[in-house]
Amino acid sequence: MSTHVETRAPAGQRTGRPGRPVRSDRARAEARLGWLLAGPAFVVMLAVTLYPILQALYDSLFQYRLTAPDDQKFVGLGNYQTVLTDQVFWSALLVTLLITVVTVVIELILGFALALVMHRAITSLRGVLRTAILVPYGIITVVSAFAWFYMFDIQSGFVNHWFDWVPGISPDLNWFAQQGTSLFVICASEIWKTTPFISLLLLAGLAQVPTELEEAAEVDGATWWQRFARVIVPNMKAAIMVAVLFRALDAFRIFDNVFIMTNGANGTTVLSLLAYRTSIGRLEIGLGSAISVLLFLCVILICFIAIKLFKVDLASARGEGR
Amino acid sequence: MRRRALTAAIGLALLAPLAACSGESGPPTLTWYINPDDGGQAEIAQRCTEAADGAYRIATEVLPRDAASQREQLARRLAAKDSSIDIMSLDPPFIPELAEPGFLAPVPDDVAQAVSADVVQGALDASTWKDKLVAVPFWANTQLLWYRKSVAEAAGLDPSEGVTWQQIIDAAKDQDKLLGVQGAKAESLTVWVNALVESAGGHIVENPEASADEVKLGLDSEAGKKAADIIGQIGRDGTGGAGLPTADENASMVTFQGDRGSFMVNWPFVWSATNAGVEAGTLPKDLVDDIGWAIYPSVEEGEDARPPYGGISLGVGAFSNYVDQAYEAAQCIVGVDNQAFYMATNGNPASNTKAYDDPQVKEAFPMADVIRQSLEQAAPRPQTPYYNEVSTGLQETWHPPASVNPDTTPKESSEFITAVLRGEALL
Repeated sequence: MSTHVETRAPAGQRTGRPGRPVRSDRARAEARLGWLLAGPAFVVMLAVTLYPILQALYDSLFQYRLTAPDDQKFVGLGNYQTVLTDQVFWSALLVTLLITVVTVVIELILGFALALVMHRAITSLRGVLRTAILVPYGIITVVSAFAWFYMFDIQSGFVNHWFDWVPGISPDLNWFAQQGTSLFVICASEIWKTTPFISLLLLAGLAQVPTELEEAAEVDGATWWQRFARVIVPNMKAAIMVAVLFRALDAFRIFDNVFIMTNGANGTTVLSLLAYRTSIGRLEIGLGSAISVLLFLCVILICFIAIKLFKVDLASARGEGR
Repeated sequence: MRRRALTAAIGLALLAPLAACSGESGPPTLTWYINPDDGGQAEIAQRCTEAADGAYRIATEVLPRDAASQREQLARRLAAKDSSIDIMSLDPPFIPELAEPGFLAPVPDDVAQAVSADVVQGALDASTWKDKLVAVPFWANTQLLWYRKSVAEAAGLDPSEGVTWQQIIDAAKDQDKLLGVQGAKAESLTVWVNALVESAGGHIVENPEASADEVKLGLDSEAGKKAADIIGQIGRDGTGGAGLPTADENASMVTFQGDRGSFMVNWPFVWSATNAGVEAGTLPKDLVDDIGWAIYPSVEEGEDARPPYGGISLGVGAFSNYVDQAYEAAQCIVGVDNQAFYMATNGNPASNTKAYDDPQVKEAFPMADVIRQSLEQAAPRPQTPYYNEVSTGLQETWHPPASVNPDTTPKESSEFITAVLRGEALL
């Protein structure tokens, strides 16, 4: 059986040849008002994002140390060459990608399960359930990082004692002394904290799936899994992709958890930490800016892949297209 | 009418704070950026404000907890010419980095003379850059060898006569006990490596005043190999415990206080902390009686150790509006009485030898004489403007302790740090 649901063209949108529609006076006035209302915020956004980005681009072309302001030297793309030919950068990139992929995949699965529970929950419990699920997301990342660190710490932690029946876990296991176990705790903390976010985005998507489609599929004899895979998921593709995109961007910029738990020890350095260590720790503004610019390019690349290749439509995810 | 009144009210509300600023009178308020402690520096600030008799007031601002973060904040503020920094508590290794670009106001000759009298040599060396005193020595810290008398006795050792690293490693191993050392990837690891290299007769940096691309490292040497041998041995044979790769000063103190505690190298704060634990009932009463102290272990038998040197010196910000008052205040802060008070109450040893005669200090620190001797023997960490690179580079290559190999680690770390200093490698 195949229940293919076509996405309806949003009302008012012209189909066929794309062309600039003739706008009425009222539409123009509304557009002008829109610009007036959004303009100041737009200018502020430019000032706080575009300016630092351009400054970082400029700084990345210099050998510039904050404690030697007079020794600034133009090196062109020299900093980029240093960064891109260094094993440390590539290992940080790999670790960052690993954390991103692992956390986003697990969060998506768990988030979906939570969203379904919240969606189907009895009305009287819905509010309590949503609040309870949101609690981890409301906690400041540094605080949750410390909480997870102390949970697993060999001296103050309880995990080793509670779970010593699990093979491999014993009171002598130092979670933060090897790469694998450190990354496990970092990812677990990340997943615990941000799954609520992804589940909320998915819940919004679930709410947009027309119930009549599900009912029609049910009448046609579709099993639960068939309804899920062929009706629900295709109808909330936009919400899923937006959730994945937002989380992937967030996860790629991971900093707090690694900084608090290992500070990059045992091969857990991520790109943000490397940029921080170079710019803020070593005060090498030039080299650090080059890493930041590369990090920025990676983020742009992820956005590009998501929006162009997977065709994420940010507007339809917010329900604007309907 | 109502609208005009509203405009006037808003205008007044906006201007009132400005008027308050312009009309500020009275003594200048000096801001003293302090490292977190048990309230001692805030108390001294209060005392000196009173002693100034209206000439200035001292307000304290707390810096982050660890030395590296303190340095980051101060360096960034000073690079931005922050005039709010009047006095700052500086960790000695970072003094050259701030002195070199002129971030510290020059110490007037008379002040330099006054604050150098009766001060231990280590503290003076640590506050000096290119043969000039650039900061005012406040308190001077050093690590001692702390030991459980029962364990030393069972091993037939008398640490007060001097012991070697090999002896304490063997003693701990034989009795299935743990050594308290700092193996975490942090500044404390650099402190340990430096003390071992210096005790073996070497130096991490041979020419500390050189520019970044000319710095010559002394790690790939006999002394570096001996240091690597000791750290690698403790890391691999389990005498450091499972917590070694993440053990900082506090963690090693907890290990030492536990049932498997034997020997520990650590700062004197452990004495007041252990006593506080006993008083609070979290530690057994007889623990304190079982703890002894001695000079840091040596690397070679018969040769003196060069214990770690730490502490705090006071720098005066070059961009402060009140440099003269700040130096006056700094002189008050480091007064013998204040140093003795600070040592007795906060557990941080004085840099002025006269403070050790204070009865309060003698009562709180039965080991005061050993601390003073250790301070005279102590070797500071490399005094270079590139200390951060050297220290972080060491931590990258000497961590975890179990991976340290005398045949490869000193050479690798030497090459790595040199490449980082030349801008050829990332850290």
